[in-house]
Parts: sequence; C-alpha cells; structure tokens
Amino acid sequence: MLRHAARRLASRAAAPAPVWRRALSTAEVPAEAAEDSSFVEAWKKVAPNLEPPKTPISLMQPRPPTPAAIPTKLTVNFVLPYKSEIANKEVDMVIVPATTGQMGVLPGHVATIAELKPGVLSVHEGNDVTKYFVSSGFAFVHANSIADIVAVEAVPLDQIDPSLVQKGLTEFTAKLGSASTDLEKAEAQIGVDVHSALNAALTS
Amino acid sequence: MATAAALRREGRRLLLSPTVPKPSPAAVSAAIARSTGISQPAMAPLGARTVSTQVVRNRMKSVKNIQKITKAVKMVAASKLRAVQIRTENSRGLWQPFTALLGDAPSVDVKKNVIVAITSDKGLCGGINTTSVKVSKALHKLTSGQENESKYVILGEKGKVQLVRDSKESIEMTISELQKNPINYTQIAMLADDILKIVEYDALRVIFNRFHSVVSFKPTVATILSPEVAEKESEAGGKVSDLASYEIEGGETKSEILQNLAEFQFSCVLYNGALENACSELGARMSAMDSSSRNAGDMLDRLTLTYNRTRQASITTELTEIISGASALEGK
Repeated sequence: MLRHAARRLASRAAAPAPVWRRALSTAEVPAEAAEDSSFVEAWKKVAPNLEPPKTPISLMQPRPPTPAAIPTKLTVNFVLPYKSEIANKEVDMVIVPATTGQMGVLPGHVATIAELKPGVLSVHEGNDVTKYFVSSGFAFVHANSIADIVAVEAVPLDQIDPSLVQKGLTEFTAKLGSASTDLEKAEAQIGVDVHSALNAALTS
Repeated sequence: MATAAALRREGRRLLLSPTVPKPSPAAVSAAIARSTGISQPAMAPLGARTVSTQVVRNRMKSVKNIQKITKAVKMVAASKLRAVQIRTENSRGLWQPFTALLGDAPSVDVKKNVIVAITSDKGLCGGINTTSVKVSKALHKLTSGQENESKYVILGEKGKVQLVRDSKESIEMTISELQKNPINYTQIAMLADDILKIVEYDALRVIFNRFHSVVSFKPTVATILSPEVAEKESEAGGKVSDLASYEIEGGETKSEILQNLAEFQFSCVLYNGALENACSELGARMSAMDSSSRNAGDMLDRLTLTYNRTRQASITTELTEIISGASALEGK
C-alpha cells in the first residue's frame, strides 16, 4: 500500500503543473507561462476590475533554446501577410536575397538580422530546390538554427510571365528618365530595381 | 317591440364587425386612447362596447419586422465572417517572427507612448468597442505619469466617439472607413506610414480584440518599441532578448536597419490586429443579432398571447351582453 502511495506521489510530483488543462480544440496556444507578470501587476493597480489584455508572447509557441551542438537541419518559417508559405520545415540550406547580396544560411549560422531586397529566395532540401521571387522584407536567423523570413509578397518563379516583366522594365525605365520630383524618381527607381531583379531571376 | 328590434339589430351589427368603433362619446375617447398607442388593451373605457386589438396588432407587426431585420443582419455577418476568418488565421504567422526576435515588453517604461486603438465603424456589434476603449483608457492611465505622456491614435468611428468625450486633447489622429474595401496589406502599410509620419513615439501599443472563437474575443495589446528604446532595453538586459548578439546585414548603419525593422513590425502587427478586430466585430455582431432575434421572438409570443386574450375577452363580453339582453327580453 505504501509503495503504491509513494509511486503515485512521485508520478504526481514529476508531472509539470499545467498538465491538468484540458486539451481544447483550439489548442494552438501552449502553456501561458511566458506572461509578463510586472505588466499584470501594474494593470491590476490601475484597473482592478478589468481583466488584463493578452500580449503576443502568450499567444505563440515558445522558441527552443540554443542547442549545444550545431544541429543538422535548419528550421525555416517563411510568412507572407496572406499566408504562411513554409512553417517549421526542416531544410538543409536557404539562400536569401539580402541587400548585401545573396546570403546562404546553413544550420549553425550566426544570429543575423538581414533586410531583403527584391530577389530570389531558394530553399534547398536534399536535392529539391524551391525558388520564390520575394519583393522585400526581413530575414532573421536565430542562434537556435531557426530562420524566420517575413516578406511582403512572394511568387514561385514558374508563375511569373516574362513578357510582362519586360514591359514593366521598359515602362519604369522611361518613367525614371522623365521623373522630375524626388518622390517620382524614387518610385521609378524602385520599379526599375524590382523588374530588373525579376528579369535576372527568370534568366538565371 | 321597437327597442327589442333595435337591440337585435345592434347585436347583429356587433357580431358582424366587432372592431368597428361605435360612434358614442365614450367610444370616441377610446379611439383617441388607441391612436396615441397606449398599449393597455385590457382597459376598456367606460361605455365602450369593444376593446380594440389594434394596438397589440401594430406592436406585433413592428416586432416581427425587427426580428426579420436582425435575422438578416446575422446572416450577412455570418457569411462575411467565414471569409475574414480564413484570412485572419493566415495572417497570424506574420507577427510571430518579430516577437521571437525582439521579445515582448508591455510593461516598458518610456516617455512617449502612443496607444493605437482599433475599433469598428459600424455599430450593432455588442460590447467589443466598449471593451477596447476601456482597455485603452486603462493603458493610458498606466503609461502616463510625471514624465511620461500618452497619446491616442484611433482607427474606427466607434472608438473615436467614445474617446472624444473625455480624452479629446490626447487624441493625436483618427482614421475611419477602414473596411470600405476588404482589408489588405497595402492599405494597412500606407496607413502605418501615415501614422508614423505624424506621431513621435518611444513605444506603440496596438489594442485590438483577438478572435478566439465566434463567441469569444479577448482584448490584446501588442507593443512595438522604437529602435532607440529597443537598443536600450537590450543593453539593460530587459525582456527584449539579446538584440546586440545579432549581426546586422546590409544598410549603412545599424540604426537604419532597426528603423526599417520597427516600421515593418508596426505594419505587420497593425495588419494582423485589423483583421482580428474585423473578425471579432463580425462574430460579436452575429451573437448580438442572434440574441436580438430571440428576444423579438419571445416578445412576439407574449404579444400573441395578449392579443388572443383580448380578442377572446371582447367576444365573450359581446356574447354575454347579447345573451343577457335576449334573456332580459324573454324574461319580460
């Protein structure tokens, strides 16, 4: 009898505290351990009758810590405003079009924040390479070999129409030539950059 | 004989048209009472032969119309919700990289706070706008102190109407007609650009109602720090994770990249917040209109009962009058 009690006590002590939450059908939200307690405290002083609002940290999965050894695979998240193109996929390498040029990201890459320019993003998984044309955005590489790429617009290369690209390029080059104000020049320059990058992406 | 014949004629006339008001002074006063819409059908002014059910019938008609309208609004909201919900769930991945990089510091103490409250333009959506405004006001109290100041940027008419009443001087700018066209990223990016041109900020707090399910919406606050504050917090070792350990690729200076990062983060968070709030608004409108239709249905049931009671009482009264009149004649 005592042996059973000891076993039960040991198993209960081993189980972490929030285990008795029922798994909800909307359970994308994990344990809310990462809540900002100082915020909740300050809130309670100001508005004791109002429940404190949620904060983004409590609404996302916590990220894994930096492992000791370099992992073999890179986890990639590629998000666009209208969908998550790649979510938590394990790949070998990712090449992002940073403003300083094409940057290759391998597992164990140093933590980096890179601003992206219009160009080709390629995801290498074994022998498959998926290429997207990305308009611009940011790429974060974390120390735990997770790469987050946030882009405003991305298109798989095979869905781009080359004739439209040429037309756009000539149009914007003409606009650049005839631009008078700085704003118009900047807009025309952006158009030229994007279209020439598209051109380069399609021809390469 | 003549009186009996007259009484019989009267009885027949009453049976044929029980609701035609009799031209007598008491009946005229009853007619006036009816036309002013007093809904006390059980009250029979002295002398009137019948009590009209017109009042009750008018109320029933208007309640039925209200029920139809609220049901229609609910259907419209339900169909719109389905479309917006898909887009909202797809946009949820957008702010996660930023929070993963920079952490979240809602209790950061800075001089210039700007509270961006996302509310709806149209009403009939339950209490979500009031909750958002309450949370904004509490945050305002939290973040304004001796040296700290806090300003509002309000998206949506309903929030503006409520906040203008007591915090008019703290409102920096208001934007309405957000949902004239379906919300898309370009529109929100331009809006974010406009906001950032006008306000100076150390910390932006975006308040919106996050959509958890059709019946549950939780107020959420997302904090975005300006690049200087983010650097300061990371050096101080606060909640912002080790920003300094990240290499910055590209750009001439680190601060330029961080500036772009903060602006991009603001537009992404605002996009997700606007979509979530639109979703919550539609869900709240669905449940508000649903309970409204149900209430109208209950009211209609009660009115129907009252109507039937009144009608039956008036028929009974007339029958008893005729019968007592007839039996009085026979008794002679």
